[in-house]
Amino acid sequence: MKVLVTGISSAIGRMLTRRLLAAGWQVIGIDRRPWPDAPEGVEVFRADIRKRPAEEVFRTHRPKAVIHMATVSHFTTSFEERYRINLGGTQAVFDNCERYGVEQAIFVGRHTVYGAMPDAPMYHSEEDPPLGGSTFPELADLVAADLYAGSALWRMPELDTVVLRIVYTLGPSRYGNLARFLETGRVPTVMGFDPLYQFIHEEDAAQAIAVALQQRLRGIYNVAGPQPVPLSLLIKISGGKAWPIPEPLYNAFLGRFGLPKLPAGAINHIKHPVVLDASAFREATDYTHQFDEVQTMNAFRWA
Amino acid sequence: MVQIVDGRVAEQLARLDVPFNRYGYDAYGTSRAYISRWATIAYWFYENYFRVTTHRVHLIPDAGRGMLIGNHSGAIAIDGAMVLTSLIMEHDPPRMAHGMVEKFAYKQPFLSNMFNRLGQLTGVPGNAERILNDERLLLVFPEGARGTGKLYKDRYRMERFGTGFMRLALSTGTPIIPFAFIGGEEAIPQVMHINWLAKVLGTPYIPVTPYLAPLPLPVKCDIYYGEPMHFEGDGTEADEVILSYVDLVKRRVAELMREGLEARGDALPPQTWESP
Repeated sequence: MKVLVTGISSAIGRMLTRRLLAAGWQVIGIDRRPWPDAPEGVEVFRADIRKRPAEEVFRTHRPKAVIHMATVSHFTTSFEERYRINLGGTQAVFDNCERYGVEQAIFVGRHTVYGAMPDAPMYHSEEDPPLGGSTFPELADLVAADLYAGSALWRMPELDTVVLRIVYTLGPSRYGNLARFLETGRVPTVMGFDPLYQFIHEEDAAQAIAVALQQRLRGIYNVAGPQPVPLSLLIKISGGKAWPIPEPLYNAFLGRFGLPKLPAGAINHIKHPVVLDASAFREATDYTHQFDEVQTMNAFRWA
Repeated sequence: MVQIVDGRVAEQLARLDVPFNRYGYDAYGTSRAYISRWATIAYWFYENYFRVTTHRVHLIPDAGRGMLIGNHSGAIAIDGAMVLTSLIMEHDPPRMAHGMVEKFAYKQPFLSNMFNRLGQLTGVPGNAERILNDERLLLVFPEGARGTGKLYKDRYRMERFGTGFMRLALSTGTPIIPFAFIGGEEAIPQVMHINWLAKVLGTPYIPVTPYLAPLPLPVKCDIYYGEPMHFEGDGTEADEVILSYVDLVKRRVAELMREGLEARGDALPPQTWESP
């Protein structure tokens, strides 16, 4: 059985591939980036998911399942490009799924789509509206992609679609949005705020995606691992130092004094939590996380 | 940083019914260390400043879900702090209650952090439901900010009760434990509110006392717990049914208030029962 992974060259894409191979899948991938030491038997096509060569992969290889994780965030990509990749790319992938008889599609989304707000319930379940774009415009494209993927559930009833909203990943690859925020060592926090942060070990995230494929899940699911911890504790245990900045000065300080550069809207995600209730995913599958919050923070720190 | 934690507080907190992780945080961000420091201060006020007497604390269940419903007073929620303290320090085993905080507080630096570390969450239905389904105690003042913002001339006259708590109690099968808090109205006597300043600052109200600042006076306080009340239903009942249940709870709280006020030689002022 053949599965196509978009964004396969990412850290989690590689971890996922190894798990899929172990489970007996034949894995092919599409990525603009190379994966030079890909395991034997894994074919990686250097293509843009929105372009014709990517469609050709669907046409000639006829994958039974597709795992779409070729989305990007504000850390790496400009506004227009993000819309093209995240929304345009997702649209192209689902169109190809329908056209070439794919049976299962997994969209790997993010927990930040719910948005960080002071007056939201602390735990979000899947029914909560994805308000991420309202407080953080840089998330609007990911929210749109998430909703677009979810609409495949009724637009393409013969395709088993699952949207996974996964919390921040953290681990030895030191890859991902949370890792980028923490890795400079000087972490700008907002004085007087210490929200809960929820993260999952990257191996556990890869396992959750593999489980969703194996168990042919259908629907929208939150994916989380261990319980959330306050940002201050996360910074401390992962080896950084918190720099509390008064809110009025926050955006002026970013990008200076060795602090990371963040878009203006990011401040809401540093003041308020986005925490998921992932009980539905655990009930629908036999998934359990292997790494608790302490092991995950240490895996990131000592990598 | 010097961290002074009272010995008895530490003893009680070690037995608290909250699943803390190895760093002392639970899944809501409640911090054992933070509560220890807070409760040390709160317990000092409880014992020496407000000289709180708690009556019938044994009526609180030892485990499982429960909703504490009482009258609200005192501008800065001294009642909430003292009820939390009574449950930690007087009940055996000690119990943690999660209050529902005005949304305004979670927008403020430091306040947001303090309430989160104390397990006092934003007052939205989703949080309340989760706390109850986790078999914890929920502390609700159905008068909300209407209650704490009461003027001295209206003391012990309960404001309108919200009805959300009753629907939630029914849908989650939660017993309601009524209580009365006596003394909060005199501790911070509010003679007026500065409404324009409240609007500018985005707060529910800015209280003014005869001595200007809303600082509490050392008034003796009492907490009277009542027998748990059980209601049958699933939370989808018509408004008039819910209102009649709410009214029963409100009358029960008023009886407890009467007991407390009469014990100190005062009378319960007339209540407005027309609109529960």
